[in-house]
Amino acid sequence: MGFLDIKNATKSYGAVKVLHETDISIEEGEFLVLVGPSGCGKSTLLNMIAGLEEITTGDIAIKGQSMAGVRPADRNIAMVFQSYALYPNMNVGQNIVFGLEMHGVPKPERDTAMNKVADLLQIKHLLDRKPGQLSGGQRQRVAMGRALVRDPDVFLFDEPLSNLDAKLRVDMRTEIKKLHQKLKTTIVYVTHDQIEALTLSTRIAVMFGGHVQQLGTPKEVYDNPANMFVAGFMGSPSMNLFPAKIAVENGKAVAKAKLADGQDATLPFPDARGFERHDGREIILGLRPEAITDRDGADRNSQSVHVIDAHVDITEPAGSDTFVSTQLGGKEVTGRFRADVDVHPGQTFPFAINMEKAVAFDPKTEERVS
Amino acid sequence: MSSNATATVVRTGAGSRFVIYTLLALFCLYYLLPLYVMVVNSLKPLSEIQAGGMMALPDVWTLAPWKSAWSTAQIGVEATGLRPFFWNSIVMVVPAVAISTVLGALNGYVLTKWRFRGDTIIFGLLLFGCFIPFQMVLIPMARMLGLVGLAGTVPGLVFVHLVYGIGFSTLYFRNYYQQFPTELVRAAMIDGAGFFTIFRRIMLPSSGPIAVVCVIWQFTNIWNDFLFGASFSDFDSQPMTVALNNLVQSSTGVKEYNVHFAGAIMAALPTLLVYIVAGRYFVRGLMAGSVKG
Ligand SMILES: Nc1ncnc2c1ncn2[C@@H]1O[C@H](COP(=O)(O)OP(=O)(O)OP(=O)(O)O)[C@@H](O)[C@H]1O
Ligand SMILES: [Mg+2]
Repeated sequence: MGFLDIKNATKSYGAVKVLHETDISIEEGEFLVLVGPSGCGKSTLLNMIAGLEEITTGDIAIKGQSMAGVRPADRNIAMVFQSYALYPNMNVGQNIVFGLEMHGVPKPERDTAMNKVADLLQIKHLLDRKPGQLSGGQRQRVAMGRALVRDPDVFLFDEPLSNLDAKLRVDMRTEIKKLHQKLKTTIVYVTHDQIEALTLSTRIAVMFGGHVQQLGTPKEVYDNPANMFVAGFMGSPSMNLFPAKIAVENGKAVAKAKLADGQDATLPFPDARGFERHDGREIILGLRPEAITDRDGADRNSQSVHVIDAHVDITEPAGSDTFVSTQLGGKEVTGRFRADVDVHPGQTFPFAINMEKAVAFDPKTEERVS
Repeated sequence: MSSNATATVVRTGAGSRFVIYTLLALFCLYYLLPLYVMVVNSLKPLSEIQAGGMMALPDVWTLAPWKSAWSTAQIGVEATGLRPFFWNSIVMVVPAVAISTVLGALNGYVLTKWRFRGDTIIFGLLLFGCFIPFQMVLIPMARMLGLVGLAGTVPGLVFVHLVYGIGFSTLYFRNYYQQFPTELVRAAMIDGAGFFTIFRRIMLPSSGPIAVVCVIWQFTNIWNDFLFGASFSDFDSQPMTVALNNLVQSSTGVKEYNVHFAGAIMAALPTLLVYIVAGRYFVRGLMAGSVKG
């Protein structure tokens, strides 16, 4: 039993089931990120934890206590909304302590708590302003302050950074991470930005179509995606997925994928992965861009770097790296090369492929093959 | 609205602009003429009116018709002037407007932020109530008031106007609160605020424009109502409109037109005042629901 338990919870609106049976158990101090494309049910699940949406079946428990029938105010949670939801008629200070006031905390204590939070978030000079007189980033801080001041068991964040511009988003992301490391409060955080998910979380639940597709640490989700959806959704640029066929040569499993010139490229799997038993099977091979690189950029610790010569279709310099595309299995495949590699479109160039990082999926079920 | 006052959509030439303004001035004059006639004639002795000078300014300025209309003119059988009936109207309008506005706000709040099964049907029925012609409810309402012992009393009139007013005030507030971000209500729920606290601390402080619209609308309708006043009041609970009618009807012998004019202005004055004080918010509030920003 964890600190926050989601037990077989579902949500239906009439006949439409928007959240299928979901089981997640969160330990105290964890930072769980719910990530997925729009409409996948992230906010719904978060609102169910908050008590703002009824649970259709199943249960949610905090600290071992079922939350069925417990009002949002009595769950000892705090929430930051996407729109910040600052009360427009109250100034920043009043906004921050409103929750304490409603919970009957006396004024002197409220003021102490407010000052502490205002110091922490550096919004002391804003306390007398109305939300309408704040910039987006300042509003975001105030919304955080309103949640922090309550000192809750669980923080719930619903896309708190999505209304900020790119630069501010990165800054605030770092700040949220620092805050979590300092306060060590349990957090459930919703986002559709997979980078936010990877950088912030201790664990990620990748959601799609009302199902949790995979629950795991950022590394697990990134390196060992459970299915093609997770593989394609997490990571940017996204994982290369291309058709290949497993063959066994000299007792070792290899993947065969067609190059642009119609020849088969042979990519040996690392030993002891057990692919030998899939001899002849059609698969979708998944390789992250950083697993496809130039000869000198390849991971020196990997036992399984294999070099193939392939035709360079496009090069895209991106400052720190250059993205180089070729054809494998009839799909465009992008590798991440070091920026100063001298590579040009039209060349045939050696691509170093790190097969330790390769994953295989079934083309029909889209599930992982191992 | 006011920010782009200088940016006209169509640039008009001086000639056509002259024509437009002349026409508008004429319309204005046409509308203001009755007011002029009323004011002028309420300030002159009866003899001047009888001499046929309706449009002329008074030769002798006098407040006597106003005093008479207010406190001594014959209303029905008694010579009380309009004063007691003016108070009847105030005592009727103020609670009716206040209560229907507050109930409308509460209804709008529930219908948008605490939705429940069948809420659209209830709202539909309330709306339907707005459009039932007054005449249709006269007899059932009279029976109802009789049954509960409110027939012929000011509270009875308050009740009738309240029932009629709620439909409109609910419509106004529901449409306004529809635009109000639901996340604010949710945030307040998590902060621990209850149903009425959210209403009082979060919703009401942002409801100024629509409250003004609602108050003006209810005030003018209830103050100007004649049918319910004539149907459901006794002599001592008559509102101003009914008393004015009696003033005009009951003058025995000579018709004191100057007193009638003065009385009519008195009856119109409160609504006029409400418009002058709050009229600009009325337009603003009506626009607020339809266009954002
Ligand atoms: N009141 C409702 N009635 C019916 N369906 C609803 C209702 N609220 C949400 N849904 C549906 O539930 C699904 C999940 O919605 P949810 O708001 O949880 O998505 P989300 O993952 O948060 O998406 P986003 O990233 O766009 O915020 C959506 O398909 C949505 O259409
Ligand atoms: Mg959402």
